[in-house]
Amino acid sequence: MRYLPLTDADRADMLSVIGAASIDDLFVDVPAEARLTDKIAGLPDHASELAVERHMAALARKNLSAGEVPFFLGAGAYKHHVPASVDHLIQRGEFLTAYTPYQPEIAQGTLQVLFEFQTQVARLLGCDVANASMYDGSTACWEAIVMARRITKRGKALLSSGLHPHYVSVADTMAKFTGDALVHEAPTLDAATDIDALIASIDKDTSCVVVQYPDILGRIADLTPLADAAHAAGALLVAVVTEPVALGACRAPGHMGADIVVGEGQSIGVGLQFGGPYLGLFACKQKYVRQMPGRLCGETLDAAGKRGFVLTLSTREQHIRREKATSNICTNSGLCALAFSIHMTLLGEKGLRELAALNHGLAVQAADRLSQVPGVTLVNDSFFNEFTLILTKDAREVVRNLADKGVLAGVSLGRLFPAAPQIGKGLVVAVTETVTAQDIEALAAALQEELA
Amino acid sequence: MSMLKEGRPTAPVPVKEAHMAPTTATGNRALMLEEALIFEIGSTDTTGVDFAEAPKVASRLGSLARTDSIGLPGLSEQETVRHYTRLSRQNYAIDLGLFPLGSCTMKHNPRLNEKVARMPGFADIHPLQPQSTVQGALGVINELAFWLIDLTGMHGVAMTPKAGAHGELCGLLCIRAALEARGDARSVILVPESAHGTNPATAAFCGYKVEDIPATPDGRVDLDALKARLGPDVAAVMITNPNTCGLFERDMKLISDAVHAAGAFVYCDGANFNAIVGRVRPGDLGIDAMHINLHKTFSTPHGGGGPGSGPVVLSEALSPFGPLPYTARMADGTIHLIEEDNVGEEMPNSFGRMSAFHGQMGMFTRALTYILSHGADGLRQVSGDAVLNANYILRSLEDVLDAPFGPSGPCMHEALFSDKGLADGFTTLDIAKGLIDEGFHPMTMYFPLVVHGAMLVEPTETESKGALDQFIMALRSLAERARAGDEALKGAPYHAPRRRLDETLAARKPILTWTDPALAEAAE
Repeated sequence: MRYLPLTDADRADMLSVIGAASIDDLFVDVPAEARLTDKIAGLPDHASELAVERHMAALARKNLSAGEVPFFLGAGAYKHHVPASVDHLIQRGEFLTAYTPYQPEIAQGTLQVLFEFQTQVARLLGCDVANASMYDGSTACWEAIVMARRITKRGKALLSSGLHPHYVSVADTMAKFTGDALVHEAPTLDAATDIDALIASIDKDTSCVVVQYPDILGRIADLTPLADAAHAAGALLVAVVTEPVALGACRAPGHMGADIVVGEGQSIGVGLQFGGPYLGLFACKQKYVRQMPGRLCGETLDAAGKRGFVLTLSTREQHIRREKATSNICTNSGLCALAFSIHMTLLGEKGLRELAALNHGLAVQAADRLSQVPGVTLVNDSFFNEFTLILTKDAREVVRNLADKGVLAGVSLGRLFPAAPQIGKGLVVAVTETVTAQDIEALAAALQEELA
Repeated sequence: MSMLKEGRPTAPVPVKEAHMAPTTATGNRALMLEEALIFEIGSTDTTGVDFAEAPKVASRLGSLARTDSIGLPGLSEQETVRHYTRLSRQNYAIDLGLFPLGSCTMKHNPRLNEKVARMPGFADIHPLQPQSTVQGALGVINELAFWLIDLTGMHGVAMTPKAGAHGELCGLLCIRAALEARGDARSVILVPESAHGTNPATAAFCGYKVEDIPATPDGRVDLDALKARLGPDVAAVMITNPNTCGLFERDMKLISDAVHAAGAFVYCDGANFNAIVGRVRPGDLGIDAMHINLHKTFSTPHGGGGPGSGPVVLSEALSPFGPLPYTARMADGTIHLIEEDNVGEEMPNSFGRMSAFHGQMGMFTRALTYILSHGADGLRQVSGDAVLNANYILRSLEDVLDAPFGPSGPCMHEALFSDKGLADGFTTLDIAKGLIDEGFHPMTMYFPLVVHGAMLVEPTETESKGALDQFIMALRSLAERARAGDEALKGAPYHAPRRRLDETLAARKPILTWTDPALAEAAE
């Protein structure tokens, strides 16, 4: 077996050092009735690299990849071009096959990357500090709600109707067990967001208001009044960003008063990958740093006085605090954080602004063109690279039919909000730099034919 | 001295004395290169990416256009490649050598797995594409789920948890949902002292009170003490098997029977499943839920701290409560993704969704590739060689390092030593840092907590005998130095990119982001 270096002669030598007759004898502590005497049933024996690659390639070919067709899906995961050097660099074995940097003297590579990543994320989101990443945006969002409970000692979170429904589901799942009360409704297909309604709902029991920016329908709104209202009532504002490229063009939530800003970092450096692994972003105001979940990297000095980096404030964490930890999170999304950081370094502020401008420009062109299709109405009056259309029939069916014609048209609100049939004709369309003018025409033509 | 015809010396002058190497003007030491932060070498006007010009359109951003300077430095592609390549060389990694971090399972990461995960059919598909366009991806999830069930002898599997700790959460949510479904509110979870910190943290996160289970002198769960504590308030027992002392819980089936008789559930932390894969099925031991760290047993890369992936295998009693979404193979051979949209009456008791999409697809492709590459014979050899290597280390070093459970029999996949016998003032930390100078990553130190100055050594099955012998030689030398009180050891490491780092300073005055020194000075 090509991955196992021991020879039979090695095994015999080693067994004689140990004083055992066979490898099976080393499993003496396993009761005989629980020990399999033969290989596991059903699974074939080892296979050549070629044979396995063939099997997996056959499965891969059964998928329609985003690059093959006009592609407009977003709603929490975005197709962006990732420069070739990003994937090359994350495959350096010293990054790919390293562990969590528990021994900082020989992990300065990973640690410096995390320190740079934390700074990049904090600046992008407009916050003082950011952690070294979470699993994904949805779990980061829940952790923010729990953190707000710890800070305010209140247990009612108001979730905007514009928050990604899967993020709401994750919070719902957890809240059943923690006793947090979550207030949430499905969105309405209006140009205005629900900020005014949220402001009116804040009361003395509210721990936090959670608002997505841009929201699930692609709408953007100034969060300042919401932050002011939350703070006046002693609550926190949690902002959720599922498309961080937007912050190359749009004001940062942290600069509009958000106390905690979380997000999905997949857009920058991490491919679509059918939903994972992704990259949870987590940032907040300096004063809340000791309530943060997850790993933090900090600057320090070594015994010779040189600058170096270590994991720090670990007294918040499970391996030290056990049941008193701020979270049970252990692994984060290190390699995805590395990819994000490399991509962001390649972009720099100049590139990020150009990328954002290109996304927005193409999205405006697409929104204008698609609005001309008979039977299509644009919901948004403001958006970044994603907007919502109302069609004349259930968008789920339209998406399926267009997929059969080789156009991946967007995400239907019916799939996202199955319990809200009143918005089932809504279609969320994302337009990134990967979309061409021909793609937009193809979608317009296919929609026109479908809705005729 | 030999010379070329031109008179250039071709052999060095022999070094006569061991002296400190002179410092260099740059701070570099030949191939060991210092690297500044991107904030110190980049600029906000530099970019390594070229874009087409944006269409000229009227902005739809309203009043929300970002006008402040974001402060994100850029580098050209060449500088970017060099920055990260230089940083990478300051890391130890399994690609460089044996990485004996106990309980973390640092084994070789086959590169076919990387290649497969990058096939466009897997890497470039959106989680919300119509199901007809992602049948291959759903097939991967379904096929991996099948083999995980087969290998563990369990009834079902939840594929969406994002990492081991997230899997623990999934398992406990299933248990809590199952208890609530029968109207049986219970408040306590029992956890052995030797457990990973995630176990009590997860239980607390789910709203449970955590109580310790005592251990026997031979490092295992005290069955009698456990039986005495079981009662109507105990929801579950969380047990790691093989445990973090590197020992198989011989009484596992008896523990499960006692727990079940008391109306509670058995959660198994499957972090160490790699020690028994292909040889023992947790389903045969009465386990109700167990997460599998795909990055441990099935060798998806650790990536400097994730991403992980933690599918949870479930017993028949718990399967109905597992999370959405999940895959199901239909009679016509198509595979359905069952989510809120189409779950209907199929799984009324599901506790719901625990992450946005369908789990760590990029890890599933790698893990499935690993399983198919190894096959039934290979996986049995994986656990066999992992246990053989650990016992070889245990028996090769127990004369110089105290092995608290060594006399009680063979270990499983990891060998546990303590700091007993080291000279006064010498610690596990000194040996760990000494290993760095010897060119190895240290073992896990000070864990498990039940052994003083614990050193937990897990070589894994992907090490050759030559690599093991070199490691044993290095650790033996360090143990002898620490027993003899060699003061030089307390300064180690000497040869790493950094000397020992001041963690107290880092925590006392945390610097978590970079600040321009000029701005910081102006602010003061």
